[in-house]
Order: sequence, then structure tokens, then C-alpha cells
Amino acid sequence: MSVGALAAFKLMMRRELCLSFRRPEQLLQPLVFFLIVTMLFPLGLSLQLSLLRDMAPGVLWVAALLSSLLSLDGLFKSDADDGTLEQLALSGQGLTLIVVAKTLAHWLVSGAALVVVSPLVGTALGIPGSAFATMMLSLALGTLTLSWLGAIGAGLTVGVKRANVLLSLIVLPLAMPLLIFGAAATDRAISGTNAVGPLYFLAALCVFTCTLAPFAATAALRITLE
Amino acid sequence: MNMPAMGLEVEQVHVWRGDRHVLKGVSLTLAPRQLLHIRGPNGSGKTTLLRVACGLLRPEQGVVRWDREPISTVRLDYQALLAYASHEPALKGDLTALENLRFAVGLKRRLSTHDLRASLEQTGVAACADLPVRVLSAGQRRRVAMARVLAMGAALWLLDEPFTNLDTAGVELMSALLRSHVEGGGAALVVAHQTLDLGVDSRCLDLAS
Repeated sequence: MSVGALAAFKLMMRRELCLSFRRPEQLLQPLVFFLIVTMLFPLGLSLQLSLLRDMAPGVLWVAALLSSLLSLDGLFKSDADDGTLEQLALSGQGLTLIVVAKTLAHWLVSGAALVVVSPLVGTALGIPGSAFATMMLSLALGTLTLSWLGAIGAGLTVGVKRANVLLSLIVLPLAMPLLIFGAAATDRAISGTNAVGPLYFLAALCVFTCTLAPFAATAALRITLE
Repeated sequence: MNMPAMGLEVEQVHVWRGDRHVLKGVSLTLAPRQLLHIRGPNGSGKTTLLRVACGLLRPEQGVVRWDREPISTVRLDYQALLAYASHEPALKGDLTALENLRFAVGLKRRLSTHDLRASLEQTGVAACADLPVRVLSAGQRRRVAMARVLAMGAALWLLDEPFTNLDTAGVELMSALLRSHVEGGGAALVVAHQTLDLGVDSRCLDLAS
């Protein structure tokens, strides 16, 4: 009785979510980091509300990128360190399925959670409520793309000790388009102009990474497994 | 458990790790109902050989065949029917023993919780089934890892020092499990420093020579 790909995928998702919720502090750390970093700006610029409002999209996006990066280096590392990654690689299910499940589960507990708390941050930065929908959509697309880019970086740096900085150096240059289009979409939503253009670019990047990054991350991981 | 008559064939495998020539033309064959005991001093490439045999590591030269097919062409099917126990137990400390089994074995075959508990029972750690693995002792973890091998119902076992951390009763249990696996038609490739006297068709490959 072999196990089909869909059943294996579901089981992997359950494994990842189960592992994440056993360590709630690790789930919360990037979120709290996101909240604190963005809160520092209103405190520092309290007398210049207009300046804060102009900077809000950039601040929001830089904080989102950095906090997403915080948890990415553990994506494959904890499994590689305790040997379970080898077991997963030998499961007969194909490493790509494992990589996809792990990355999506990681996005659900990091990126999606960040999208959920973003209105709170938006309010603190003076972003009007009318822009929240666009802001959240752009963040959802952006963080998912970043998770895929991060999966490639995490695959490449699995064997490296203290890979966090190296991972940032690999991923951040690739994430620049996200920052540009994400901040632009949020900026346009705030000023009430049409934000569809940058959103389309974000969606295109998202589709691009969703389709190609799983294979790149698998290849990177396979090299480090050897 | 059906195993093709040819079984596993490793032919003239060479592996370099950086500048070190770790495996220098190693060959072996392993048919059903056979056990191959791999020994050799530390650093002689025993673990590397196991990793090559299960397809985790691609040798620079040479070929590994399963049922006459190179494993690179049948990799997923081949890996679905083997069970590999690495030197470390490969368990998640935050999950219970039962969850560890469910998530690892569940990718290979459908087993009920009852069956998983039965394999934990067989290795004598049924009482630990619902404890997080991080509170278990090294010997208990080894037994849980062995229960995972059992639950996979694999035709080919690749075990890296399975006797480490086991007490006397554990060593006997491990030997009995290996014996019944081989007598039941399975094959096993075992890295161990002890002498293995299981009363089954077994050979020894010494990597030092």
C-alpha cells in the first residue's frame, strides 16, 4: 500500500504545522520583531506625521522583509541537524514534494501571520483604512515570493553554521523587486490612485517563484545533502 | 515483502570527499535472505558506503543496482522499499515517539495508529509512545528508531551501528529482529563493530582491507 502524493503532501503539512505549534515562541519572534521595528518609526518621528505617512510603505515593507528572513534559516536546518531530512529524502516521495510542503507551511505560520497583523502596524504608521486591502494583498504576494526565494537560500546554506547573515546576503538582493513593487502598491493605495500595476508585477513574481523555486530549492538541498 | 532475486549490487564504487579518497572501488552484492556485515576502523567509509547504497550520495565512479536497474533510474521506487537507520536516531525532539513514527512511516505506507504502537511494543518502548522524544534516553531513542524501521516493512534494511547505546537486552532484541527480518526474506546491510552471530546467511565486508 504505497502512499499517494496528495496524502504525503497533507501529512507533511501536518508535520510542519505540528512542529511549529510545539514551539510557539519561535512562531511569535518574527511577528514581534515586525511590530517593534515598525513601532520604532512613529516614536522617532512623532512630530512629523506627514513625513511618517510618506515613509510608511517603505518602512512597512523593509520590516516585513527583514522579519520574514529571521525564521527562514531554520527551514531545512533543524531537519538537517537531527537527521530527519535524510529520512524525508529517502521517503520515496521525491524531495520536491517535501520542499513544497515545508515552504508553504512555513509561509502559513510566518508570512500569512504577518499579513494578519499588518493592519495594526498600518494604523500605527498612519496608513488610512481604505488602503489596508491593497496593503495586505501586496504583503501576501510578497511574503509568499520571499518564502520561495528563502527556500532556495535555505537549501544552499543548510550545511553552513550561523547561516543567517549569509542567507540574508543571498536573498535580499533577489527580494529588491518585491520591495519596489510592494511599497509602490501600498503608496498608491494610500494616495488613492490605481494600485493595480504594481500588484500585477507582484503577482507575476509570485507565480514565477512558485513554479520555478521548488525545483531550484530541491537541487540546492540535494547538493548539500551529499 | 517481495524482493527480487538479484537484490542489491554495488559495483566498483569510488567516492572522494574533498581530497580524501574514501571509497576505493568497493563492490558488494546482497540477495534476499542475506545479511552483509560491514566493518572497518573509524573513518574507513562505512557510513559513506551506506549513504551510497541508499542513493543519498552519488558516487563519482561505479554504479549501484537494484534488481539489475541502476538506482539512479528507479530512485523513488527503490527508496520507497528500503529502510535506512542513520547513526543518529533522526527523531524530532518536540514530537512524541508515536508522532515521529506516524510522520516518517506515513510517507511510505498507510499504517494505523494501532500498527505503529505495535512496532513500538516490539522494540520495548510502548510506554514511551506518547512522550516527547526529547525526554527519552539515548537507548530509548535508538529503540524508537528501530521501531520506525520495523513499521516501514521494508525489504532492505540499511543500518548504521544499530547496537549503539543499547543495553544487553536491547542488543539481543536487535539481533532477534535482524534474524527474523532476514529469515522472512529480507536483506540487511549492517555497519557494526561487534561480531554478528545471528545464525543466518551472513558475510562480512572489511573496508580496512
